[in-house]
Amino acid sequence: MERIQVLVCAGTGCTIGNSGELIEAFEAEIKSLGLDKEISVLRTGCLGLCGVGPNIAIYPDNIIYKTVQVADVKEIVMEHFYKGRPVHRLMLNESDQDTNEVHDINKTQFYAKQKRIALHNCGVIDPENIEEYIAKDGYTALGKVITEMTSQEVVDIMKASGLRGRGGGGFLTGLKWQFALNETSEQKYVICNADEGDPGAFMDRSILEGNPHSVIEAMAIAGYAIQANYGYIYIRAEYPIAVERLENAIKQAKELGLLGDNIFGTDFSFDLEIRLGAGAFVCGEETALIQSIEGERGMPRPKPPFPAHKGVWGKPTIINNVETYANISQIILNGADWFKSIGTETSSGTKVFALGGKITNTGLVEVPMGTTLREIIYEIGGGCPNHKRFKAVQTGGPSGGCLTESQLDTPIGFDELVKLGSMMGSGGMIVLDEDNCMVDVARFYMDFIVDESCGKCSPCRIGTKRMLELLELICNGEGTMETLDELEVLAATIKDTALCGLGQTAPNPVLSTLEQFKEEYIAHIVDKKCPAGVCKALLSYVIDEDKCRKCGLCARKCPTNAISGELGKVPYVIDQEKCIKCGSCVTACPFHVVERK
Amino acid sequence: MKSLEDLKKLREQAQDRMTMRMDEEQKYRVVVGMATCGIAAGARPVLNALVEEVAKTKAPAVVLQTGCIGMCTLEPIVEVFDKNNEKTTYVLVDALKAKEIVEKHILKDEVIDEYTVGKYKK
Ligand SMILES: Cc1cc2nc3c(=O)[nH]c(=O)nc-3n(C[C@H](O)[C@H](O)[C@H](O)COP(=O)(O)O)c2cc1C
Repeated sequence: MERIQVLVCAGTGCTIGNSGELIEAFEAEIKSLGLDKEISVLRTGCLGLCGVGPNIAIYPDNIIYKTVQVADVKEIVMEHFYKGRPVHRLMLNESDQDTNEVHDINKTQFYAKQKRIALHNCGVIDPENIEEYIAKDGYTALGKVITEMTSQEVVDIMKASGLRGRGGGGFLTGLKWQFALNETSEQKYVICNADEGDPGAFMDRSILEGNPHSVIEAMAIAGYAIQANYGYIYIRAEYPIAVERLENAIKQAKELGLLGDNIFGTDFSFDLEIRLGAGAFVCGEETALIQSIEGERGMPRPKPPFPAHKGVWGKPTIINNVETYANISQIILNGADWFKSIGTETSSGTKVFALGGKITNTGLVEVPMGTTLREIIYEIGGGCPNHKRFKAVQTGGPSGGCLTESQLDTPIGFDELVKLGSMMGSGGMIVLDEDNCMVDVARFYMDFIVDESCGKCSPCRIGTKRMLELLELICNGEGTMETLDELEVLAATIKDTALCGLGQTAPNPVLSTLEQFKEEYIAHIVDKKCPAGVCKALLSYVIDEDKCRKCGLCARKCPTNAISGELGKVPYVIDQEKCIKCGSCVTACPFHVVERK
Repeated sequence: MKSLEDLKKLREQAQDRMTMRMDEEQKYRVVVGMATCGIAAGARPVLNALVEEVAKTKAPAVVLQTGCIGMCTLEPIVEVFDKNNEKTTYVLVDALKAKEIVEKHILKDEVIDEYTVGKYKK
């Protein structure tokens, strides 16, 4: 009889961290103690704390172990599973020092302020087993919708819930569905946007890896709501685990008749297929995505017509994001009022953020809208590691901007972030500390845009390239104050004239850093210094002649032979012409006399 | 699957394997001491009997194990906690007594006085 279930995270992060071998090790160890009838080992989706993976969850104890290595397996099985003593050194749960009593996982700093709606079931169920999803009320919402409700009633619930699209734009989902329902057409389509191109964001991938049926069920509900019977999931081929789980989930749903003809014996039929993208950022833009599904090159077209009117194959189509879909069956089951009661007046529900950069707890967190940035970064995220000073947080990826210390008490919401010159975007949240150069950050995003611009319209194709060149000038210490003016003029022109959202928002990271960190730009231009010490052209390494002990270690480590001197006799000096600023001499010097200026 | 009824049936079946991962908090927590002393005294069959009986009768309890409870001469020890964390401690439990604990205490809320530690000490 089973008394313990071990759930090993099999998301992308933990899989790279070798969770596959962990599963085998657990199975072998459990078997060798003859406990295989009492303990089962399953794979599951993301538990959130990707930075300290591989993570495993133990039920019914509800204990999470982090950074579990194959070498730890024996101890966990023997101590915890056999003798009932949880292994405190690997535990994420906090525990009482005197009594050793293990505290509830939901009371840990990382989970206490979270609320999992879109991520529910991730890390709890086996994503490859449809029965586990069904046990957790899966497909009940679909059943309810198609046997008890009209299409309009479903759309009305979505409207009343206030759900807004999680893919970046924040458009009201109910309204979008209403537009598509209003269209009369023999054929309509439902699309799931799983392109997820924003650097740093991986919530959509984690939802598909950890709870794929939630998206499939929601797409069928959307199909019923707008009277469509076919759907596409557009996902990048760079997400092999997510694709595999989706394929498996679709197959299982078809076998049980939850997809296909006459679902639940009604006359509603719905089927869907996966379309693989090649991983271009612009293909996440809805009109480009539609082109790509049709087999064309993924390039945007002007709107209107909007997809709800003329979408894939020229037919009325709704496109929603993965995370948007992941909320749908919860809203049907718990009601619009329940959803509306979470979050803020204009942004209801929760939002998943991918916390990354200079932050202690790297991973996925889901919080009610209205939570402040400070709570996310300091309480859930644990602040910047190594006692470094927090500098800014970047949200909204290449379309967004940076927020500073004084803005951290802003409650998170779509409109609130736009007001501050950033945006929600898909939920990437990159924390920057004193060692990050803001000009370099702006340059990074512009470099990304130049790579990803499809080239169809000239403001984006040429304008972003020119902006990148200007930023490179500044980083190289060759910029002037006029360069800043040029940047601003170009930014305004691109915003006004680019064809799609990619170009229209591309200047945002530059504009926002210029507004918040102008003095840093000026330091590069006027003082020819990079205050954070990132821009190589503005750095120099110098050996303090008086303190040099003439050991010659630096010269031996220098890859370009830029350091000369004489062992024991003449102090060493760095030839600035030859120096490539790799910093090897700093690490090589045992007396710490090489200085970075 | 042809109807909502079919889905419901499948859901109930599937839930049997998922009870320990359901969100609802169970009415009772049953904890078995499984340190070396407990195991030596026969805690393992007690643990298995509890797990089986709870599953068979769908009793509202989660069965957990812990290390040494601290009264090694009275092992195997089973502690039953209710939702208010009020504890009843049963001592010198065997598989039969374990079944009885599930039948009476968990399913009918009746404490079995004669197996409790208080009784023993008197
Ligand atoms: C350049 C660009 C990239 C985009 N990438 C994505 C993406 O990766 N995933 C996504 O869901 N939406 C993306 N969008 C937004 C989509 O165009 C669309 O608004 C969204 O999929 C609608 O779904 P929602 O209302 O559920 O958010 C992107 C938009 C632009 C302009």
